[in-house]
Amino acid sequence: MEESIAEPKPLTILIADDSDTDRLILTALVRRLGHRVFEAKNGQEAVQLFQDCDPDIVLLDALMPVMDGMEAARQIKILAGERMVPLIFLTSLSEAEELAKCLDAGGDDFLSKPYNRVILEAKINAFNRMRLMHRALSSQRDLTRERNEQLLQEQEIAKRVFDNVAHTGCLDAFNIRHHASPLALFNGDVLFAAPFPAGGMLVFIGDFTGHGLPAAIGAMPLAEIFYGMVTKGFKGADVLREFNQKLKQILPPGMFCCGGMIEADFKHNQLQVWNGGLPDGWLVRANGDLELVPSRHLPLGILSSDRFDDSMDNLPTGPGDRLLMLTDGFLESRNTEGRLFGDSGIRWALESRTASQHPFDAVLEAVQHFSASAADTDDLTMCSVEMVDEVGISIIQDRTEPSPLPGPMEWHCEYEVRERTLGDFSPLPLLLHICMEVPGLRRKSGEIYTLLAELYSNALEHGVLELPSHWKQSAEGFDQYYEERRRRLSRVEGHFIRFSLSHSMTPSGGRLRIVCEDSGSGFDFHNHPILEADLRPGRAGRYAGRGLLLLKRLAESVTFHQQGNQVEIIFDWEVVGSLSNPASSHRQ
Amino acid sequence: MPIQTRRGEDSQTLIISIVGRFDFSTHQAFRDAYEHGDESIRYYIVDLSDTTYLDSSALGMLLLLRDYAGGDGASISIENCNNDVRRILSISNFEQLFAIR
Repeated sequence: MEESIAEPKPLTILIADDSDTDRLILTALVRRLGHRVFEAKNGQEAVQLFQDCDPDIVLLDALMPVMDGMEAARQIKILAGERMVPLIFLTSLSEAEELAKCLDAGGDDFLSKPYNRVILEAKINAFNRMRLMHRALSSQRDLTRERNEQLLQEQEIAKRVFDNVAHTGCLDAFNIRHHASPLALFNGDVLFAAPFPAGGMLVFIGDFTGHGLPAAIGAMPLAEIFYGMVTKGFKGADVLREFNQKLKQILPPGMFCCGGMIEADFKHNQLQVWNGGLPDGWLVRANGDLELVPSRHLPLGILSSDRFDDSMDNLPTGPGDRLLMLTDGFLESRNTEGRLFGDSGIRWALESRTASQHPFDAVLEAVQHFSASAADTDDLTMCSVEMVDEVGISIIQDRTEPSPLPGPMEWHCEYEVRERTLGDFSPLPLLLHICMEVPGLRRKSGEIYTLLAELYSNALEHGVLELPSHWKQSAEGFDQYYEERRRRLSRVEGHFIRFSLSHSMTPSGGRLRIVCEDSGSGFDFHNHPILEADLRPGRAGRYAGRGLLLLKRLAESVTFHQQGNQVEIIFDWEVVGSLSNPASSHRQ
Repeated sequence: MPIQTRRGEDSQTLIISIVGRFDFSTHQAFRDAYEHGDESIRYYIVDLSDTTYLDSSALGMLLLLRDYAGGDGASISIENCNNDVRRILSISNFEQLFAIR
């Protein structure tokens, strides 16, 4: 653009004047400056010519017959639309009011008769510069508009991809309530929930610094990590550690993610919670009592792995207890007077709710009522997890869709964990992952995980470490047991635990055979109370070895080999759609 | 000027004061306040006496300063915060990273 300003091209100039002499003089002057000229004798002709010859600048006499300059100026400005066509009035008028009328009609300047060549040239050049600048600005504005539309379209698509990645879990489970209102197309908040293979569920609520695309990009790997790890049986602390490491690696130093991790264990009725930089969480007891779950950690993505603290707070709960966690958008909601909703607003909403009102609804309604007419608020994300009994939760587990893809049906693999690795590493996620490649087994991930976990802890604690399980009958014994477990784990030279997994097809589904062998000295399985044939309910519970009992109940068969340090388990599954459940159909 | 800097008496300390809102709009000015390659600076004080508000992007900027000043080895203290500002710093557990007075 600057080039064309510097290098004057011949312009097309429309001259409208009813006086033949004046018009002739002006035309000659303008032509001599090197421009093309079109001539009109009145306003009407000028308007017509303007449409036909599309001039760059218009020189217009104020007083003309048929149509005067004022009216012609108005029509020309309308025709020009967004284009800037400088309009200069030719006039011998000197009355201020008359001159003002010319400008009101859309004129940009005056040129007084008689004409001065130097002034004429200067004005044409000045208005040409203005015209070119206007054109440059307009085209940049159009480009910006176009780019912006393109960006919005791309964001729309990216959001669909993001939603597919981030919202595949069990957020719609009946014991979860959630709300997310995006400030932008995507907001900086994330919310994930997924059931554990062995029962229970994990929920993560996060708030990235900033909004929009950068925050959503940070959220993508979190979603992948979360759903990938939970289905493989990793716990909340492991997921947090991985989150932190990933974010530390990918986010610029000034960006991080405040987050809350909620691990619900319905079997033992407890919640493990980690709060790093989110506002206080609220545990609303079934009887209405309130307890705070404050932030005790730095947000994710700040600390290096060796300084990161993944320890979660343990909250004993009962059925009907609900944990509420939310992002700071709630606290920062303002009403029209600019007052903040704050912690006190949430407390008020929870304390003043009616007995039948869900705490989640109470807070959401209160904040929406509070900031009803105030427009500009931060992202609002909130979720509540309710403790329910296990029966309800098994419904959540069974809803995971079986994959329609065919997977490996006939296979065998061995995996051996040795030496120090025995204490430092859990092979369970890996082994579970291998089994989950079989589509039919995916629906049984909870059972498979339990089988693998019981086999492994049995082999490690009783086989390799030779810990006596009867210690676990008292609270002190429990402490002693785990203290001793930790101590003995430092001396596992020469030891191993070996898993052999085989899968084959059966007419109605498949059969998974798991053999777990350890390097321990074994035990007298012939006289073990749990393994006696006349197993009576109630009797076995007194003894430790609940693990063995679990194995017997879940599996088709449990057989001990060698001197008791090799356990073989057969697990049968049937094609999807059958009512059979190994836990109930093959007992007794 | 929403951001002012001065030297402490020991000439090794840089004192950065933020007036008004400490948020994204102060991003460039805050960076300019410490990024001038002066090797004699060893300690930083972020003076928030006149800071009315602090948001998460300000937390991010404090982390940038910490990174610039040597990460885990940085010596930065945040001083004179009002209650609102202090609450935000403590929710985020920034006392684990900065000396907050």
